[in-house]
Amino acid sequence: MGLKRGHRARPLEWICEKLIFLVSLTSILMVFLIFVFIGREALPVIFGHTNTALVQKVIPLERMDQLGPAELQEYLNLSPAQFKELDRESIRALMEVRVEYVKEHSEEPDARINTTSWRYLLGPQQWAGYSKPEYIWQPVSDVPKYNIVPLIIGSLKVTLVALVFSVPLALGAAIYVSQLARPRVREIAKPVIELLAGIPSVVLGFFALIVMATVLQRVFGYESRLNALCAGIALGFSVIPVVFSIAEDALTSVPRSYVQAALSLGASQWRAAWQVVLPAALPGVFAAIALGFGRAIGETMIVLMASGNASIVSGSILDSTRTITATIAAELGEVVFGSPHYRILFLIGVMLFAVTFLTNLSADIIMHRLKGRLEGRR
Amino acid sequence: MTTPSMLAAPEAPGVTARPFRAASFDWFSFLGRGATGLATLLIVAILAAILGNIILVGAPNVSWRFITTGTATDMFDVEKAGILPMIFGTAARVILMTLIVLPAGVLTAIYLTEYAAATSPFTRIIRGAVNNLAGVPSIVFGLFGAGFFVQFIGGHIDSLTQPEGAGAVWGKPALMWASATLAVMTLPVVIVATEEALRAIPQGLREASLALGATKLETIVRVVLPQAVPGILTGAILAVGRAAGEVAPILFTGAAYYMADLPKTLHDQFMDLGYHVFILSTQSPNIERTRSLLYATVLVLLLLTFLLNIVAVVIRGQMRKRMRQLQ
Repeated sequence: MGLKRGHRARPLEWICEKLIFLVSLTSILMVFLIFVFIGREALPVIFGHTNTALVQKVIPLERMDQLGPAELQEYLNLSPAQFKELDRESIRALMEVRVEYVKEHSEEPDARINTTSWRYLLGPQQWAGYSKPEYIWQPVSDVPKYNIVPLIIGSLKVTLVALVFSVPLALGAAIYVSQLARPRVREIAKPVIELLAGIPSVVLGFFALIVMATVLQRVFGYESRLNALCAGIALGFSVIPVVFSIAEDALTSVPRSYVQAALSLGASQWRAAWQVVLPAALPGVFAAIALGFGRAIGETMIVLMASGNASIVSGSILDSTRTITATIAAELGEVVFGSPHYRILFLIGVMLFAVTFLTNLSADIIMHRLKGRLEGRR
Repeated sequence: MTTPSMLAAPEAPGVTARPFRAASFDWFSFLGRGATGLATLLIVAILAAILGNIILVGAPNVSWRFITTGTATDMFDVEKAGILPMIFGTAARVILMTLIVLPAGVLTAIYLTEYAAATSPFTRIIRGAVNNLAGVPSIVFGLFGAGFFVQFIGGHIDSLTQPEGAGAVWGKPALMWASATLAVMTLPVVIVATEEALRAIPQGLREASLALGATKLETIVRVVLPQAVPGILTGAILAVGRAAGEVAPILFTGAAYYMADLPKTLHDQFMDLGYHVFILSTQSPNIERTRSLLYATVLVLLLLTFLLNIVAVVIRGQMRKRMRQLQ
């Protein structure tokens, strides 16, 4: 009984231990807060509470006195603080402006469209002056167009190029370094490849923009200098160390006895690596590719600098491309706080976070299970 | 005297003899070995090409004057512009970040290794959160910093301390918020490195301390933590190396395009090395003429992050060696 009294006998120690426990919750809290605070800004768009139509309902000036302050404030799209500062005359003036504005725009064909509703965010639309329905991201224009399909296609295209380029290289190197190389080669090659992770992404972006784009254009002779191919290859440089480290870790954690058994049966080192170790570590290899995907789709500076940033829907990797991340980085600095454009940038941020969250979670679970199995815990 | 029939092994019924394997050349192994070796070599070559290009073009343009002068009046002026304000800004934000992230990271690692049951679902959740935090895209941290630190926390500080109608003091991008955002981003780095260091300390040391009558907390503070200092240091340096080169999280939380003066308070904006590389690469009025400026800035940034990474690797190597001796 005396042993259990420890905590109560030393209140200071008890407090310290509770404090340590509380601080350890920080990471959980932060993941939670990221969801809450990015989601919070995007909520009005998700539930359709924003309206960008140029022509909205008009209240005639005579009815001004019949409305309560709250209604007036909502009608004029003002915040409570802004509304409080205005006197009767300026509110009247604002209402007049509104009536004029609506009269001016009522003839335009697209003026009644709320471009932030889901239909226009995801579906194609034949805007005035276009010959067929199209997906258009054009947030700064008379009728702002927020179709996110070009951005999603852009992100996937660049990510695909990055994975096609980097996964074979990284996996090959992981197999070589973990199974085939002599210990001395291994001890040099591993930290050198991991050094690639130490290059800041802005430096990789710089390299792609200034050096690689010119070289690639000269070799392949395509038209637009900055495109998905150039950005994708540079992105691949940053994906290689991620895929390599995880895959190498998974391959190394396969028990040595598997290899020894294969070798003693007469297999060559390569056959042991390819036919015994790789299949055993396959879930880990998938986890490595998943994490590489998460890294590629979330990378910002490289694509912002090297992809050309034109938001066009095209299947060709030789066209200029705009990704989700580059869009946020390029546009958030200039939007009005709380405007529909601002909220839509947070909306695509939430989507990005959700995708990487799920990828990381599944990779985490796969790796945990794999290690459990290889160590015989299951 | 021996006849061919005597040399051949007696055949078991139903088993057909196969020719000896090594007689034919094993193309499959040869190609596999060659391809994977080539992949390794290619990655090393890519790294060498990037570093070689930056060092060869950049080194002649880095001078003492370049590192120790401000941006003058025109930051694209090849003759006069320097990068002192950017070095200062980057240093300030990573130092501040370290002050925030170290206590949080180290205490979390202590909880995970010393207190939590290794297999409890709660520990799994903390670990899952840490792993997830490590994989969140950096631009999402930027959005989070803008929404949470700048708008929410900064905005509330302003509404509590500032008279109504006054301009925003804390509710705008600032050194403080950029550092806080980076601290959230590098939390997993510190936790993982510290945890590794704590786990490497022999259980016997803890038991000896407890047996001498020390309480659990005394054991942690006086015995465990001093042993883990190199590991904690490694974590801090890795975090600084990661954060020093990051640009996306500070785009909307504190980095400034241009400032005439150095930041003086925590709620000032700052100029930043990585962001400056971005500006020089994409906003230069004449990219050919400012190329030397750009390469020199990139080289300084790269040296900074690489030096930090290499120092971390060396300290970790030393630590592992010492731990092996202890065990």
